[in-house]
Amino acid sequence: MQEIRASFFIECEELLEALQDALQMMEGGEADDETINVAFRAVHSIKGGAGAFGLDDLVAFAHSFETTMDEMRAGRLEAEAETIALFFQCGDLLSDLVRVARDGGDIDDAVRSNLLSQLEELAGQDGQAAEEEVVDFQPMGISLDLPAIDGLPDLEADSAAVTEATETEANALRHVEIRFSPEPELYRSGNEPLFLLRALAGLGESTVCCTREALPDLEEYDGTANVMAWQIELHTNADDDAIRDVFDFVDGLCSLTITEVGPDDPGGSGDEVTAAPLPVDAEPEASLPAEPVPEPIRPQMSEDTVTQAAERPADTQRSKPGATVRVDLDRIDRMVNLVGELVINQSMLAQSVDASGLSGNTKIASGLDEFQQLTRDIQDSVMLIRAQPVKSLFQRMARIVREASSDVGKTVRLKTEGEGTEIDKTVIERLSDPLTHMIRNAVDHGLETPDDRVAAGKPEEGIVSLRASHRSGRVIIEVADNGGGINRPKVRQIATDKGLISPDQDLSDTEIDNLLFLPGFSTASEVSNLSGRGVGMDVVKNAISALGGRITITSTPGEGTTFSISLPLTLAVLDGMVVRVGSETLVVPLSAISETLSLQKEDARALGPQTQVVRVRDTFVPLINLGTELGYSPPRESYEGAIVLLISHEDGQRAALVVDGIEDQRQVVIKGLQDSYGHVPGVAAATILGDGQIALILDPADLLMNASGQSRPHQLARTG
Amino acid sequence: MSLNVLAVDDSRTIRDMLKYTLNGAGMTTHLAEDGQHGLEVLDGLKPDVIITDINMPRLDGFGFIDAVRAQSEYRAVPILVLTTESSAELKSRARDAGATGWIVKPFDPEKLVKSLQIVAG
Repeated sequence: MQEIRASFFIECEELLEALQDALQMMEGGEADDETINVAFRAVHSIKGGAGAFGLDDLVAFAHSFETTMDEMRAGRLEAEAETIALFFQCGDLLSDLVRVARDGGDIDDAVRSNLLSQLEELAGQDGQAAEEEVVDFQPMGISLDLPAIDGLPDLEADSAAVTEATETEANALRHVEIRFSPEPELYRSGNEPLFLLRALAGLGESTVCCTREALPDLEEYDGTANVMAWQIELHTNADDDAIRDVFDFVDGLCSLTITEVGPDDPGGSGDEVTAAPLPVDAEPEASLPAEPVPEPIRPQMSEDTVTQAAERPADTQRSKPGATVRVDLDRIDRMVNLVGELVINQSMLAQSVDASGLSGNTKIASGLDEFQQLTRDIQDSVMLIRAQPVKSLFQRMARIVREASSDVGKTVRLKTEGEGTEIDKTVIERLSDPLTHMIRNAVDHGLETPDDRVAAGKPEEGIVSLRASHRSGRVIIEVADNGGGINRPKVRQIATDKGLISPDQDLSDTEIDNLLFLPGFSTASEVSNLSGRGVGMDVVKNAISALGGRITITSTPGEGTTFSISLPLTLAVLDGMVVRVGSETLVVPLSAISETLSLQKEDARALGPQTQVVRVRDTFVPLINLGTELGYSPPRESYEGAIVLLISHEDGQRAALVVDGIEDQRQVVIKGLQDSYGHVPGVAAATILGDGQIALILDPADLLMNASGQSRPHQLARTG
Repeated sequence: MSLNVLAVDDSRTIRDMLKYTLNGAGMTTHLAEDGQHGLEVLDGLKPDVIITDINMPRLDGFGFIDAVRAQSEYRAVPILVLTTESSAELKSRARDAGATGWIVKPFDPEKLVKSLQIVAG
């Protein structure tokens, strides 16, 4: 049962997502019947499930929400902007109620009462009517405190009640006579008198007689007419309501009379039958023995955590849902790890075969090629399992925008693009906090006040855009606002005041923008309760770096600011170039390398004692000698013949990394260093190569920062 | 009681609960997530009883019952409607559509099993 409860909360997340989608469509002017229906069904399903678990608060609010939405469904309520805005707020509260039901906590009662009264006003309910409606839907509250999986207490208790009903406690038994005469309609609705009679027999000891008073002669027999009726003598301790419950479904489809014959008298029942209004010649045509007491019901829940349940697509497509299997995340992670080991193993095997000097035409070599291809395919497939669309993340941000804009009194619309872009589940989870902060920042600092916007000739409504896309093997997420852009003189002044830069330091626009990422920097003259929650952009940057990502800013005065986050698709593997530097083997992510060059004598030029550039076609690119930079080898006297990897950064910066040799190009399994060493400048992670050697994976962006003039705090230790 | 039950509901939680309850009562449960899916699952299945929700995407409960009743082999199969309300109007609509009976959500497991016994033996 706990599994079903957990599954309910997962379903709630999906339903809340569907609700958000539908509301967004309605907000965009697509308030067609099906969209309203989708929103209604989402709330309705949450209510239904919540009722099953006795989550009264959730049920009550969902009920009011659904009732108002039903008015819109029925066409009595217009999908006006204000109403949709209220629905969004109700969706947020519903989401909170789900969270509180799952994790505990409190709800702001003032907010709830306010929303409830607005809903009731819209639905034309007065308090009294709403109250009654809620009562109509009684949460059942299945007990979850099961002593064991094979016992469902309420079921057993109820079965015991049935047992009691059939136990002959003579002094409690009643003797009743029931006449039951079905209408033809009863048969047409799929009801079966035999089963009803059996159910009656479950209430006590019964004797059933089929009366044939209406049965015509064979030649006059009409198969569709009502000719059968039954008379049942029942000795039971069940009351009339319990007896009528058996006939609940056929109410109106039969004639039913229940006559109290009197207290049970085992010897007297025959007399009572003769007293019944039957023709004298009425004789029993059929007799049904009382049903045996049903066995207590013992639920048998499969322990398999894989539930066969077809999940609905998260969007509002009405296509046939594909069958899906829900799998515990731990199992997937275990598989990801094992596949990682497989990749390493395959790589080691390839190296051994290579070292044995076998020719490339042997069966072993071709088999190994195939093995390599298959390993790669398996790895891709496993990574796909972990991938999830960023949609859920974006939807959470929609709420942040609503709350933040209402807090600071700005009108803000969130525009999203590329919600279907998929990215590793862990990355999505860990992006939530940094994105939340960036969105708050965009609303609070990025966008101007409505008055300033109008004065600048802009629409009063500000726009925050959230975009996701795939670009050269990475995921790019952009947070943009159409505000006033970064106030660079002010940023510079603050940085100077705080001693972060010297007053006369010559900085480019990009460098000024990047000051925002320095620890302790805050442009807000006073800390607002919105974005100033003790988290600065430096924390955001660190969080992104920890994900193997980078963040850059572009800003145009008067037009707005865009933060661009570039993330790896997965945290588990990467395509890398294996290079030799001194006696060390290093891996450089392939996605960062735009080309490799072999330098001529005149290509490298010195700009100063420690600064060199390399000529690449018509431009000069800073030269970084990895050996010296990382402390592996002394400075070179000449760069003639040196091998260079040309690295490109998202913001257009480039650098040339000098290495001693290129060994290979291959997929490597990322083994994090953070847990053991913390953040090591210039290094993203480590990997195990085919020969079992450990190699560091470089972080080219971090190295580039170094090339742009910032000094490296310390040199790297040697590995291996 | 080894009944073969087809349960149609768009809420996964309700489907899970139905399966839990019915399997626990020794029944065999087949699940579908909307009316259209229900018709697909029904094809080739010989359920002793069908349970269906009303408000579902693609094909709702009324449409589903119509389509089931239109097939001669399923004309007499009992169909129970799962509803969140028990209004007379809804009962009458369900009955007009060809439903055998109705169960109010959230359902009481014991009552559900009893109801199934009433309509399907």
